[in-house]
Amino acid sequence: MTRAAIVTTCLLLAPWAVLAQGTAWVSSEKDHAITLVDLKAQAVVAVLPTCKRPRHMQLAPDGKRLYVACGESNVADVIDVATRKSVGRVPLGDDPEAFDFSTDGKQIYVSSEDEGELLMLDAASGKKLHAVTIGKEPEGVKTSPDGKRVYVTSEVASLVHVIDTASAKLLKNIAVGKRPRRFAITPDGSQLWVTNELGASVSIISTQDHRVIDTVKLELKGARAEDITPVGITMGRDGKRAYVAMGRANHVAFIDVASRKLTHTVLVGKRAWHVALNQAETQLVVTNGLSDDITLVDVAGAKAVKSVAVGRVPYMAVIIE
Amino acid sequence: MKLAMRSWCLVAAVLLGAGTAWAATTPVKVALLLRVDDPRLERNRVERAYLGHPGGPASDALQMAFKDAAFELDAAGLALALDVLPVADPASARAAAQRADQSGAVALVTDLDAAATLAVADAVQRPVLNVGAADDRLREGDCRARLWHMLPSERMRSDALAQALVARRWTQLLLLVGPSETDALRSATALASIKRYGLKLVASKPFKLSADPRERDLANPLLLTGNASYDAVWVVDSDGEFARGLPYRTALPRPVVGDAGLVALAWHAQFERYGAPQVSRRFAKATGRAMTAQDWAAWIAGKALVAAAIAAKGKPAAAFEQALAGGAVDGSKGTAMGFRPWDGQLRQPLLLSDGVGVVGSAPADGVLHPKNTLDTLGADAPEKLCKARS
Repeated sequence: MTRAAIVTTCLLLAPWAVLAQGTAWVSSEKDHAITLVDLKAQAVVAVLPTCKRPRHMQLAPDGKRLYVACGESNVADVIDVATRKSVGRVPLGDDPEAFDFSTDGKQIYVSSEDEGELLMLDAASGKKLHAVTIGKEPEGVKTSPDGKRVYVTSEVASLVHVIDTASAKLLKNIAVGKRPRRFAITPDGSQLWVTNELGASVSIISTQDHRVIDTVKLELKGARAEDITPVGITMGRDGKRAYVAMGRANHVAFIDVASRKLTHTVLVGKRAWHVALNQAETQLVVTNGLSDDITLVDVAGAKAVKSVAVGRVPYMAVIIE
Repeated sequence: MKLAMRSWCLVAAVLLGAGTAWAATTPVKVALLLRVDDPRLERNRVERAYLGHPGGPASDALQMAFKDAAFELDAAGLALALDVLPVADPASARAAAQRADQSGAVALVTDLDAAATLAVADAVQRPVLNVGAADDRLREGDCRARLWHMLPSERMRSDALAQALVARRWTQLLLLVGPSETDALRSATALASIKRYGLKLVASKPFKLSADPRERDLANPLLLTGNASYDAVWVVDSDGEFARGLPYRTALPRPVVGDAGLVALAWHAQFERYGAPQVSRRFAKATGRAMTAQDWAAWIAGKALVAAAIAAKGKPAAAFEQALAGGAVDGSKGTAMGFRPWDGQLRQPLLLSDGVGVVGSAPADGVLHPKNTLDTLGADAPEKLCKARS
């Protein structure tokens, strides 16, 4: 795109661009740092060093501290988002990948890739409370809105495991598509959506009876199924729309939740890996694992606005406003 | 190396909660046939660690695949039992295969040479999973309807290299070919790939390992690579010793590819993407050695067997074979992989390695195919080279 074209695009999008605010915190696996991108200026404003191989990040339920899971350091770096300073480190077990908090914020549920376990840890001390054996290479972790269940994917077993949080017991294994990755839950808590990286699809699970009720095939004109490798997924607060990063297909997909139909696709960077939505739900931040950048997508226009270079092998973004 | 005459290994994990009882789990039997005193695994050869050569017995990675799947097998109320059968020659391979068949093995895995692999395939009416023979003839003229190949064929490997050379526009090639029969076959395959991808052969020369001054034209890298202009030297050396000494000893400052320099492989322990490091790490933890391409082939055979066993649980024997043939496996190479119906070969991306790391992968960017880009590596359907499957 020429410079003139970019300027024109920005002008056209001005009404939405003004609404974009806050900062995207982007973890990058290879340089042990978090890159902060100001969403209004659409530029990098700071780079914070953190623990080794930072990947999954999540705000604690208080919204004040960001937990950054580091696969190489085996800890979570806890960063105060106001001061942007590390305030502590919590052990997370061997090779932690993804995690979620219990609804009261007192526990962390983390997938331990090497062991094939879901660890239930005390969020303050990192003390291991329970370890639940599950399939190899567990990945996505999600706590149900009522806090009673935690869902985990196993990439190798192609299963979603349902674990009871109170008893730390495995309740059910649900067979989904190949290499399941990440979750989104509808706001009413009734449907669990999971991306299947090697299935080019999203499985929809009823949380009532833990059965797969539907599978949404992801398609893109000109791309073959094997090039569509979805990972990241998020849903709007009203539960009307889901956004899925399509991996090697280099696009992000918009899916209408009610009809389960793919409505829009937007070209972003290489191996689009993760999606994050801002609070106003006007902008998507797409993390591109193989082009070392993030793409800001205007939701209303279903258009990429700008790509911003971040650290090496970016993993995901958390938007803090 | 010596192997126990026969070792049964039962892989079934601890039971989680209530459900199927131990006694109710009848193990699904799988037999692995490998070479007695495998010459490829002699200490001296393993220590050299030539690229593309095996690093240990196929049982290592097969066991790992079953262990990896302990949770799923258990959830399905299944267990897999592996029977390891060392054999000396095609005749004993045939006898061992028949014994395994009679004892109820649902599938046989072979890490044997081409002749013994065929002896096994012809002895039983069961699926045979080849994890050790890359010979093109097993996928072409000597293919079998129930023979499945996990290891990429020689042609897939040479196509992968040819694609890499085209992508870099290193089109003028000097081919050096070793003295063995295998080298002759593999150089014909290399020439076919060179032709398929429009590369140019500057010259093809035989080489020989020798310190005899009278044979220096055949043995000296400088003399072999002098008096010619080329972009790269492609060396075909199934033994490995000559090729190991070729890079940096060519007359012109040009890269070496083939069996040293840049090598196309099914796997390399340094591969960093698609969850590969976890697989290599688990393997190194379990065996104390780096995971090779042959190990990957054995591991993916194990994964295919597990998937078929779970899919065909409680169904007649034919269902197992159907599930195996039609299934897709995840080999941590970034894409789901299925078998080519026309020759039983597992389609897969290949890695290009210099031995230190992974330099690239094939299919190369920009290579196109009307149906599946992975089918640009190896024999494609329209060639109709395997009559037994047409």
